[in-house]
Formats: sequence, C-alpha cells, structure tokens
Amino acid sequence: MNKNKNYFRIVILAIAICLMIAGISRGEIMPVLMKAINICLECIGLG
Amino acid sequence: MKIKEDNLFRKNIRRKIIQLAAFGFTNSHVGNIATGRIYKGDWKNFCSPGINCYSCPAAGLSCPIGAMQAVENTPRFGISFYVLGFILALGVIFGRAICGYACPFGLIQELLHKIPSPKKHLPKPFTYIKFLLLIVFVFLLPALLNDSYGIGSPTFCKYICPAGTLEGGLPILLTHPELRKKLGGIFSIKAAILLITLTGCIICCRFFCKVMCPLGAIYGLLNKISFYRVHVEKEKCVSCGACHDICPMDVNPVRQPESAECIRCGKCAVVCPKHVICVGFTGNSSPS
Repeated sequence: MNKNKNYFRIVILAIAICLMIAGISRGEIMPVLMKAINICLECIGLG
Repeated sequence: MKIKEDNLFRKNIRRKIIQLAAFGFTNSHVGNIATGRIYKGDWKNFCSPGINCYSCPAAGLSCPIGAMQAVENTPRFGISFYVLGFILALGVIFGRAICGYACPFGLIQELLHKIPSPKKHLPKPFTYIKFLLLIVFVFLLPALLNDSYGIGSPTFCKYICPAGTLEGGLPILLTHPELRKKLGGIFSIKAAILLITLTGCIICCRFFCKVMCPLGAIYGLLNKISFYRVHVEKEKCVSCGACHDICPMDVNPVRQPESAECIRCGKCAVVCPKHVICVGFTGNSSPS
C-alpha cells in the first residue's frame, strides 16, 4: 500500500517537473517577469 | 511537564528561525521600502513558495498566485503550466509544511495572533471558502473575464488579496503620492478585506490561511499524498486530546493526519504523552 503511494507521489512529482519544463519552453516566464517587475495596480488596489 | 514545555519552546524557536529566514529570502530588498521602488532583477522569474505580493518593494521573488493569474490573463497561454508545475512539485514534496515554515504572510499572521485579545476557533465550514476562492477567483474569472483585446485581469489580486494590500498597496501608496489620487471603490473593498483579515488573525490563529488562501487550498489538497507528512500509531493512542488542543489549525491529527488544514508545525508530536505522532519524510523523525 505504502509502496503504491510512493510510486504515485513520484509520478505526480514527475508530472509537476514536466509541467514546469513545458511552461518554461512555451515562454510563460515572460508574462510572469513582466507582471512582477512593474507595479501591479490590481494588487495594490487601484484596479 | 517541564521537559515537554522546553521541547515545545525549542520546536517553536526552530520553526520561527526557518520562517524568518524564508521571510528574509523572499523579501531581500528591504531598502526599497523607503523609496517605493520595485526590484526588477532576474530572480522575479521565480516564484516564492508562499504568498508574497510581487508589488511589495522588498519582494525579490514572484507571488505564485499572482504569477498564475498573470499567465492566464495572457491570451495565448491560458492555464500556467510553469506555475502549476511549481506549486504541484512543492506541494507533493512538502504539502502544507510550506505554509507552516516558508510563507511570509503566515509568519505575519502568527505574530498578529500574539496580540493579546479574546481568542476564538473558526467553525469548520469557513475553511471551505478558500477552495471556492481558488476555483472562482484564481482559475475561472481570470480566464473568462477578458477585455476587447482578450486580456483578462488577476481577479484574486484585484478584489480580494489582503497580502497584496498590506505588502504592496500600503508601501507603494505611501511613497507614490500620484497613485494616491487614483484611489477608489476597489481600494475601499480591498482595505475592508484587509481590516477583516488583520482583525481575524488577531482573534483566530492564521485566519487568512484557514479561510482565504488559494495557495494553501492547493497545498492542503496535496497534504494527502505529500512526502512530508504526519504519522500516527493509532493503536497506541490514549485519546487524551492534547494534540487537538495544541493545534493552531484546529486539526485532530489522530483522526485526520492528512487533513488539508494541517501545516505540519509539529506541535502535536511534541505534546503527545505517548510519542505516537511523528512529523517528517519517513515517519522516523523525532517528536522533539
């Protein structure tokens, strides 16, 4: 039972890493950086 | 009894040191607070493990919830694989231990709770609100509410996030008089939510984590499968209730060791008189 659960965790971790690589390779880093290096008017409450 | 108190004190100090280190790492540009400038370096490509507004002048990393919405708001992407993968990876390794050890806003809430006041427990149904906020304000609305150019808006940050108002809004508005002229209805809503959150945190430990945090909701769901977990030898438990009484998140670790609310702080393991509770990667971690 525990062994199965461990396999399941490893599979989920592998999926997570694949998702990150896919996200980076399709250029998702750019909108994250652009949003984060400028004052986010929505975040500070100016809409 | 004295040994137990010493162990609890040591455990708390150890956790606070890790929390402070995480707070300092996430907010390493403290000097920017006086000027209201935003750090613009490459580290902002990366997300912080916990909630921390990237519009905070001290922030050196991006907020994962803000980053997820920023990608969703970009027409050609939709859901963010990068941020989702990052949260999933951290969640499957640590679960909500991230909330207990690495979230800057979690530390702020714990410090607020130390302010002397009547203390209350939250009814369980309130804890489901964060799942609703996650689905509606983080996933659905940012993807569905688009302007004529197909660009959405980060609705959780815009209408709800009290961490953004506190860490980003207040320092920025204090240092930018030109932005203060633009304050309006949305800021009033966010200021009211911040006031409710701060008051809630004083009365109830980690009010935001329990009721509102969408990131905590995701990590909470991953608590069920995370490598870092709570282990209980139920057959040796004497049902004294000490673990439930000390839990800041109102969890009964014997009944629900995989509860979505558990932040893996380990206080239950320290106070257990029979040492039947362990918190760790393998289940062999010491209850001290």
